[in-house]
Amino acid sequence: MKCRVCREPAIIDIRRHNANFCVDHFLRLCRDQVAKAIDKHDMLGPGDRVLVAVSGGKDSLALWDILVELGYEVDGLYLGLGIGEYSASSEGYTRRFAEERGLHLEVVDLPDDYGFNIPDGARAARRVPCSACGMSKRHLFDEAARRGGYDAVATGHNLDDEAAVLFGNVLRWQDEYLGRQRPVLPAGDGFPKKVKPLVRLGEREMAAYCVLREIDYVVEECPMAAGNKHLGYKEALNAIEEQSPGAKEAFYSGFLSRAVDRFAPTDEQLADGSSDTLGVCVRCGAPSGGEVCAFCRLLERAGGSHPERTFGSGVEGTRVAVTLSPTRASIVDAKPLSNGVT
Amino acid sequence: MQVELRNPTRTVEFDGPIAVTALLARLSLNRESVLVIRDGTLVPGDAMLADDDQVEIRSVISGGVDSRYPSSGSTP
Repeated sequence: MKCRVCREPAIIDIRRHNANFCVDHFLRLCRDQVAKAIDKHDMLGPGDRVLVAVSGGKDSLALWDILVELGYEVDGLYLGLGIGEYSASSEGYTRRFAEERGLHLEVVDLPDDYGFNIPDGARAARRVPCSACGMSKRHLFDEAARRGGYDAVATGHNLDDEAAVLFGNVLRWQDEYLGRQRPVLPAGDGFPKKVKPLVRLGEREMAAYCVLREIDYVVEECPMAAGNKHLGYKEALNAIEEQSPGAKEAFYSGFLSRAVDRFAPTDEQLADGSSDTLGVCVRCGAPSGGEVCAFCRLLERAGGSHPERTFGSGVEGTRVAVTLSPTRASIVDAKPLSNGVT
Repeated sequence: MQVELRNPTRTVEFDGPIAVTALLARLSLNRESVLVIRDGTLVPGDAMLADDDQVEIRSVISGGVDSRYPSSGSTP
């Protein structure tokens, strides 16, 4: 196989593009696709300060690397979930990534800082672990972004993640979730802007990017996620993709261009206040639809407590693990794509 | 050749030469779900693997996304 761009030997075939790429042109493709997603969906502006949610996995570390390569000022936030050896290993990969590149990483640890872990918290709250984990992450990433004055929180959700979530939401016609499944969620009601710059790249590409950039990441799957519905949806979509390359991208991009607006809250829903009128949690100060937010309720049931600090006062993080001088990598050549991939 | 697989980690033996796509078919693995790495380098589907190659087949699927993602609002 030859690279589509330079005809040198290819190292990866991407069937949905009907194309093969050498190392240099594949890395270029990844950066270009992220730049294109940011531009098309108006995710970030020049000079924006970005907080990337890092897990030690391929997607979030690749995202951090690409955003730095594109010239953004990006800090990382790692959330320790207390999932045994998996969490210890994930934190190690994240710390090494930040240290080797001189990037600023903040670590918040649920067991050390909040007194509970995801397995126990999920059991106590009678939630499935991925639900308790996702809710905790949203709450703590939002809080860290507010505290640090970041313009946006960036997450490593890729095309496969988005297609799988869409698949699940369509299977059960989750109107409200469908209406919010966009690559950008604007800031509002005390929530920071959230962006997903990897939506044009599949997870096979993200794993390949990490191998080629020599980014070590945790390859093992989270033990809490084994057998969950989301993985089943991905397997189902990959079975379709194998027979019909490009199906996942067509499914997701078609939803964004032709369907998502149909699920936006109606004027009636907005007027009755059910969609966007939020108060403030009396315990932590976060935006909340009730007197106490979901995270504080989970915390109470799990027997944990907030670390001692004043919320919203701009104080430093609960536990700064790596505090090195942030660096700005050089901005890559921003010439238009010449690889035939749109 | 020795072929290392992940999740769970295990090693299987195969005779070479064999094409990457044929190896994946023998293992009933979906090409969309894995990367094939030979001696630390990515190889595409038509590459031939030899008897003395060290091969890793790495799953690229990760999960655990909350089904309610994305949510900009608090959960009631």
